[in-house]
Amino acid sequence: MTADIHCDNVAKRYGSVAALDGLDLQVREAEMHGLIGPDGAGKTTLLRILCGLLFADSGRIRLADHDPRTQSRALRAFLGYMPQRFSLYPDLTVTENLRFFADLFQVKPDEREKRLQRLLSFSRLGPFSERKAAALSGGMKQKLALSCTLIHTPRILLLDEPTTGVDPVSRREFWDILAEMRGEGVTILVSTPYMDEAARCDRISFIHKGKVLVTDAPANIPGLYRQQLLEVKTAENVAAARAIQADGGFSSVQVFGDRIHVSAAGDAASMRKRVQACLQQHHISIEEIRPVPATIEDVFVELLR
Amino acid sequence: MNSRIWTILRKETIHIRRDPRSLVIVFLMPIMMILLYGYAITFDIKEIRLGILDQDRTPASHELVHDLTSSNYFIVSGYLQARDEIAEAFLKRRMLAVLVIPPGFSADMGTKAVTEVQVLVDGSNANTATVALNYIKSFFVARSLQMNAEILRSPVNLQPRVWYNPDLKSAHFIVPGLVAVIMMMICALLTSVTVARERESGTMEQILVSPVRSIEIIIGKTLPYVLLALVDAIVVVVFAQMVFGVPFRGDPLWLLGFSLIYVYACLCFGIFISARVATQQIAMMSAMLATMLPSILLSGFIFPILSMPKILQLLSYIVPARYYLVIIRGIMLKGIGPVHLWMPALFLAVFGTLLLMISIRRFKTNLEG
Amino acid sequence: MQPTYSVEVQDITRRFGQFVAVDHISFQVEDGEIFGFLGANGAGKTTTIRMLCGLLLPTSGQARVEGFDIYTQTHEIKQVIGYMSQKFSLYDDLTVAENLAFYGGIYGLGRAELDKAVQNAMSTIDLSPYMNKLTRDMPVGWKQRLALTCAILHKPRILFLDEPTGGVDPISRREFWNLIYDLADGGTTVFVTTHYMDEAEYCNRLSIMHNGRIIALGSPQALKNEYQKNTIEDVFIHLVKKQIE
Repeated sequence: MTADIHCDNVAKRYGSVAALDGLDLQVREAEMHGLIGPDGAGKTTLLRILCGLLFADSGRIRLADHDPRTQSRALRAFLGYMPQRFSLYPDLTVTENLRFFADLFQVKPDEREKRLQRLLSFSRLGPFSERKAAALSGGMKQKLALSCTLIHTPRILLLDEPTTGVDPVSRREFWDILAEMRGEGVTILVSTPYMDEAARCDRISFIHKGKVLVTDAPANIPGLYRQQLLEVKTAENVAAARAIQADGGFSSVQVFGDRIHVSAAGDAASMRKRVQACLQQHHISIEEIRPVPATIEDVFVELLR
Repeated sequence: MNSRIWTILRKETIHIRRDPRSLVIVFLMPIMMILLYGYAITFDIKEIRLGILDQDRTPASHELVHDLTSSNYFIVSGYLQARDEIAEAFLKRRMLAVLVIPPGFSADMGTKAVTEVQVLVDGSNANTATVALNYIKSFFVARSLQMNAEILRSPVNLQPRVWYNPDLKSAHFIVPGLVAVIMMMICALLTSVTVARERESGTMEQILVSPVRSIEIIIGKTLPYVLLALVDAIVVVVFAQMVFGVPFRGDPLWLLGFSLIYVYACLCFGIFISARVATQQIAMMSAMLATMLPSILLSGFIFPILSMPKILQLLSYIVPARYYLVIIRGIMLKGIGPVHLWMPALFLAVFGTLLLMISIRRFKTNLEG
Repeated sequence: MQPTYSVEVQDITRRFGQFVAVDHISFQVEDGEIFGFLGANGAGKTTTIRMLCGLLLPTSGQARVEGFDIYTQTHEIKQVIGYMSQKFSLYDDLTVAENLAFYGGIYGLGRAELDKAVQNAMSTIDLSPYMNKLTRDMPVGWKQRLALTCAILHKPRILFLDEPTGGVDPISRREFWNLIYDLADGGTTVFVTTHYMDEAEYCNRLSIMHNGRIIALGSPQALKNEYQKNTIEDVFIHLVKKQIE
């Protein structure tokens, strides 16, 4: 049995709305696979279908050769799922929460205590083991939720935006735990709105309108950018961006604080000329102008435009 | 009117309109309660299980038993043979009362001044026991009178007459009271959750950063429910009258007017709870607790206020249902007009306005506790 | 030229019982500036914003918003500020038009003023396809735009945004920031808290909060130079780790 995930032509409708519309996705065993896409693209629906909470209308789905619809009991023994709003029991302590989920999965008591200790040190929640879940910080709550998901040592882990609203330090720690799990051979499928997190995955899939548009390694993604990207710095970025926008010769203009990113089809040299001419016309002096490589987010935005 | 009150009022009205499920509850819950309470709370006792220990066994004793059980009030649930069977019959709840006709009953009747029979009643349910005893007593009073008349030929003709509720039907007494209790509960529930709901959804915080004043929020959130509650009151009264045939002797318009004052007072009570409560759940529980028990127990709905301990009597003065009971029973059963009812109505108006003012003071336009 | 300040905070502290949520912080926000407020959950960002909006009172210290004292002039403050929180604080069962009418109404805008304000906002945020739809049926990105529109109908001089982009996808975030730039360009001061460190780069100046105190304050470039890091995220992690040690 290999712990991989296959989705072929999966569809799911809610009334007249197609949440998944012929989605194909392959996740390899022991891979960390990122799901990114705009709100309402179908990420949550997909994860819920994979763990058997929702049923697909059509298509073929296999997780480690199990059909989540007909074999959900067998599947759940080696599947971990962390929903977007994981509900911990706020009046139970960290240890009590972990023990509860262990008992739910019928982990034997001696085995349970061993895993508990390991997860506590893993998540650095050890010093807070007797603290009530309600009194944990947002980041600690997410780490506890993850630990609860891991207590039955799943071989496939499905995570739905596990770090939304969590501060950068806790996010980094969270992803360190995930990396370690992956090192132990756990297959991970995780959705995230953070592009820096997506960059830590082995492969990323872009989902849009219920379909996977692209699947590739993060390092290959910027290469998919079809246009040229220029970074411009001026003394008056908002005015400059407006002028460049008004020029009409560029496909997107975005201010990022002290920088403007301008993109267009064509080569860097002619774009640079055109930006310079445009800003000169508006008497805005350019401090710096140079071509820059696209980021995953740039590709994401381009794909969806 | 102040445009901000108007803004809030309009928004609340939309909330009411867009929430059909709550509307169903608001209209269905009172109807269910009227049905349940109306049939469950009744002091009319029928078919009292009566045991007979006839130690006389004569045609006269048979006639007595026959007469007593020919009404609907009693059914003979068994004949006993000896006195020591009585305790067991009570313990097993087979009988509620036992009529003991001593030997020599028919012989005494013609000769002695006093003929004795004994009635034993299971007093473990004092209420039922009293009612049963009263029925039996009145049966024997009537029978004695009848016999005396036959003997003396000087008829003492007692014709008792009960006013306003001639059949002494408890439904007539209870159902108007139910209207008072139900409207109190519903109104308090309606307004008690409105502020808490916005605290939970986070919209309250958004309103509080605007220059809105506490009076505008409180009034804007109370007023839209007055109409809803009044319609609810009409539905409840009409329904109760249809099902239980409670007489309506007074002027419906006056009842409508006074009901308006009552629902206003009750809604103010709900907003008073709402002003400081953080969650809908607590608001609902507080509203239920603070309205249901006092309205049932301390309003005179079932238990006469005059026979309560002094402290409870004093407490009953701040129970709005107490005043509305006087009004609704007065108008429906007695048919009296506003001249006699302005006092309770005035109290309700003052009570509501006072609570509204306290709520405005208690409601903070910041997040400080 | 002496800069004029939209927000002036001097040595403000706020306690909740034993817990010190905000611990003697001081800073100024210039008129028309985009001021970023970074920090982990529980660092004290929301408490600070709530004090500046007149929702909470400080335990000690002095502060002024648009020249008004935050102890005594909260009613005046509330007339000149706009506020948008991470929850978007919209009424789900109201349509877009009804939400706009409501928020316009509580700021005392009349029918005509409201229409004008909505028209005005529509020039940058076109909500017209959704006007008569229930808010609950809108995508998150549109809810966020509606919440922003509701917060600026009365043309506030300063706009407080408490994690306005939480749970919103990158495209919507980019578009949202374009709107923020337009507002700032029109002279509105913008005070924003965020978890997204890439968004920190959008701000003119930043402060980083930790455990109720401000541990760094300056322009994104200045902070990156000072701590010799490539991104604000690295600066943030460096500073917070140093604090924990």
